[in-house]
Amino acid sequence: MRRLGPLGRILVVWLVTSAIAMTLVAVFLAPHLPPGSGSKEAAGQQLDNEVLTLVSVFVVAGVFTYLGYALIAFRERGDSDGPPIRGNGRAQTIWVVGTTVIVLFLAAFGTYQLLGGAGGGQGAEPVFVPAHSGQSPLQVQVIAQQWQFTYRYPTEGDFESAHLVLPVDRQIELHVTSLDVIHSFWVPALGLKADANPGADNIAYVTPEKLGNVQIHCAELCGLFHGYMFGSGSIVTPSAFASWVASERRFVAPVTHYLPAYSTTYLPDPSFRAG
Amino acid sequence: MTDLSLDPNAGRPFWRRLLGFNLLTGLLLGVGGFYLGWYGGHWLVNGLDVPSLDYVGDTDQNDVSLFLAYILGVAGFLIGLGFGVYPLARLRGYPPSLREKETTGVGRYFGLSTDHKVIGLQYFIGIGFFFLVGGIDAMLIRVELLRPEPNVWPAGNYLTLVTEHGTMMMGMMTSGILGPFANYLLPLMIGARRMAFPRIEALTFWLLMAAGTILISAIGFGGVPTGWTGYEPLNLQANYGMDAYIMFFALVGISMTLLGLNMLATVITMRAPGMTWRRLPIFVWGVVTTAALMLLAAPVLISALMMAAFDRTVQTGFFVAPLGGSSYLFENLFWFFGHPEVYILALPGFGVVLELLPVFARKPLWGYRLAVAGMVGVALLSWTVWQHHLFVSGIDSDLRPFYMFSTELISVPTGFIFLCAMGTLWRGRIRYTVPMLFCLGWIFNFLFGGLSGIFLSDVPSDVTTHGSFFVMAHFHYTIMGGLIFTFFAAIYYWLPKMTGLMLDERLGKIHFWTMFIAFNSTFAPLFALGFMGMPRRVVTYPSDLQGLNDWVSASAFVLGISMLVFLGNLIYSMLFARVPAPANPWGSKSLEFQLPSPVPVHDFDRIPVIEGDPYGYGEDGAVVARPSLRPAGGEA
Repeated sequence: MRRLGPLGRILVVWLVTSAIAMTLVAVFLAPHLPPGSGSKEAAGQQLDNEVLTLVSVFVVAGVFTYLGYALIAFRERGDSDGPPIRGNGRAQTIWVVGTTVIVLFLAAFGTYQLLGGAGGGQGAEPVFVPAHSGQSPLQVQVIAQQWQFTYRYPTEGDFESAHLVLPVDRQIELHVTSLDVIHSFWVPALGLKADANPGADNIAYVTPEKLGNVQIHCAELCGLFHGYMFGSGSIVTPSAFASWVASERRFVAPVTHYLPAYSTTYLPDPSFRAG
Repeated sequence: MTDLSLDPNAGRPFWRRLLGFNLLTGLLLGVGGFYLGWYGGHWLVNGLDVPSLDYVGDTDQNDVSLFLAYILGVAGFLIGLGFGVYPLARLRGYPPSLREKETTGVGRYFGLSTDHKVIGLQYFIGIGFFFLVGGIDAMLIRVELLRPEPNVWPAGNYLTLVTEHGTMMMGMMTSGILGPFANYLLPLMIGARRMAFPRIEALTFWLLMAAGTILISAIGFGGVPTGWTGYEPLNLQANYGMDAYIMFFALVGISMTLLGLNMLATVITMRAPGMTWRRLPIFVWGVVTTAALMLLAAPVLISALMMAAFDRTVQTGFFVAPLGGSSYLFENLFWFFGHPEVYILALPGFGVVLELLPVFARKPLWGYRLAVAGMVGVALLSWTVWQHHLFVSGIDSDLRPFYMFSTELISVPTGFIFLCAMGTLWRGRIRYTVPMLFCLGWIFNFLFGGLSGIFLSDVPSDVTTHGSFFVMAHFHYTIMGGLIFTFFAAIYYWLPKMTGLMLDERLGKIHFWTMFIAFNSTFAPLFALGFMGMPRRVVTYPSDLQGLNDWVSASAFVLGISMLVFLGNLIYSMLFARVPAPANPWGSKSLEFQLPSPVPVHDFDRIPVIEGDPYGYGEDGAVVARPSLRPAGGEA
């Protein structure tokens, strides 16, 4: 340690502290990072968040180690100026190459995760359709309006419900649209976020893997009661889902025949324009 | 030396001074224009039999009349100030009035002046005032968020507060460093005596003042419910306070475009002999890159908002899906402006930090060309990343890997700035003055701001955090922790030069430490709140998040108090202590510090010939300019 110059010592301290910090973060913090493992997509996003946190810890450790040394060791002494160092080609090259490599790695890793469908709303023509085993994906349409989400199940009897109930371990193909302004359908526990635009169909895939209740929020300012546009949904077993479908269909039967035909977008008459 | 003091009002009684083109006339004509537009608009809409205006006429909120009122009000205001005097005089062949060239008296700060130094100080006070207004809005927002259920403001008022805070800050602080400091100092740094277009420079200031007043008036017209991004179609539903928002950004956009034009023209054409691009102070490079972005990005915003205004008044369907339009169009247009806009906010901060660090580390700027490459790289790449605001909006999913890559890539040139800052500190002789503390605060804050940006640039991670408080934490760290900290660094560093009075060092340190600790205490928990699922712009939240929100609100109040400490310092130092500032209180080698404090009316006695860059610390015999600019009042 004594034979290394100050830069060498900073480097060693950086590597040691970042190794310790990254290990601590990976063991204690990373499992608690959002969005958790409520779905396959969420698990993919959590892995991304973990990798990004570790990279950030690495970078922060470097900058803090350097600054901690420099701000103490290089305080003013008398009235003199410092040495006229205007640059160092090697340091600049190492930095440029190093940061570019980190960035390229993160971009590649993110793209790889995207291929697995971890990307939330993909628009009307999704490219990254995750593979699914077993049954075909369950179609659920999320209809956003000021200030409530409703859910239409076109393949389960074409009814519309105010409750989101999904079967576990089956891929869900969500079609998110809006009736008036821009909303955003966000289920943090499932790693699902898809904006709802009027006249547009935003498709997202999710395969829930844990039973239980999930929080639903609107994540795009949609007017006065945006803050109240939240609720909860349930992930249930396939048999519980089937019985819920049956009972919900009975419950909403009086109004089902008022529904317009199923379509990926619904637009009000232009003379009833928003506002 | 010739006496250059000019007072066209010499010998006139006071009441004669009030007549003619000045701020009072401007305000009167502005109000007159407002009412003319208001009643004229009502007459127009109700009198003409145009089907698309019938809808407007039937409601009791007449957007056409409010737009006309604002437009004619601003026109009256500018005419009353005297902006029409010079063009009209030249048109008619008469010699123009010299009122705008006044060089003495406090009155010249309250009207149209073409002296870049006067405009710089006008900007400082004007932007400072609106910054305070935006800050008070923030305090009111945090009061609301003390309790999970709505406790103080009805939902509509809360959204108006959120919008007013964001819009005021984004519109005003865009010119936060370029307005006061580039206007005052750019000519001095490049060895010129004025900006390229002095009257346009004055126009940018007064447009901004009119804009800020209009935005505040939105409160009287039903408020603005959309947040600073003004998304369609919510924009269309809104009360006619929305028109005030549109006018605000239209005027700010014009001001930005002209400011950028002026800065670029000045730096390109008016550098002193010997001032090559490689000898420019790095702050000037920051201004140049910012100005280029301003010039090119602001018109896109103005166009998008004009389209929104037409949607709101004459029933066009640009952004209305049932009429064949698309809400995506607005998002894309807005963010095509919006992303370069945030680099417009960040780049002057880069320039300030890299300009100040050499002075306080007593070393040349480390990696000058790399720093320039970083700034230029950021400016160029900022055009290629805007879709990252739309990752989950339903854009074509093929686009997302590209924009993820481009957004990640922009962190590389940003990193150059960090490298140059850290390299400048290496083996330096660091003096911990108040400006230096704010620069070090920038390094700390922007590090976390930038790293959280990496999270947001990664699409899967963005699915977790888009539209949540994580985004709020990210941009407050970069904009407030970045721009505002450098704004204060610039104030403490250059205000002695601009006013000739020193700011109190001890109060400055109290200000810094209170602000730094309170700032981090306020915004760091927001990362956690975002991770815990709290969306943005909400008036209620799950009750288990109340503890964190209360901590954030308490810290925000302390942050507000730190601003009061600064205000106290300003008032105390400028009005009571009045310690005269030496010409070069920091020992800088830059051109502006070779002139007396405050800078005399004519700037340079003789335009210098430049022989080196202003970073010759530690280099024997380094000469910046010839003849040596010994300040007339003696060196301290």
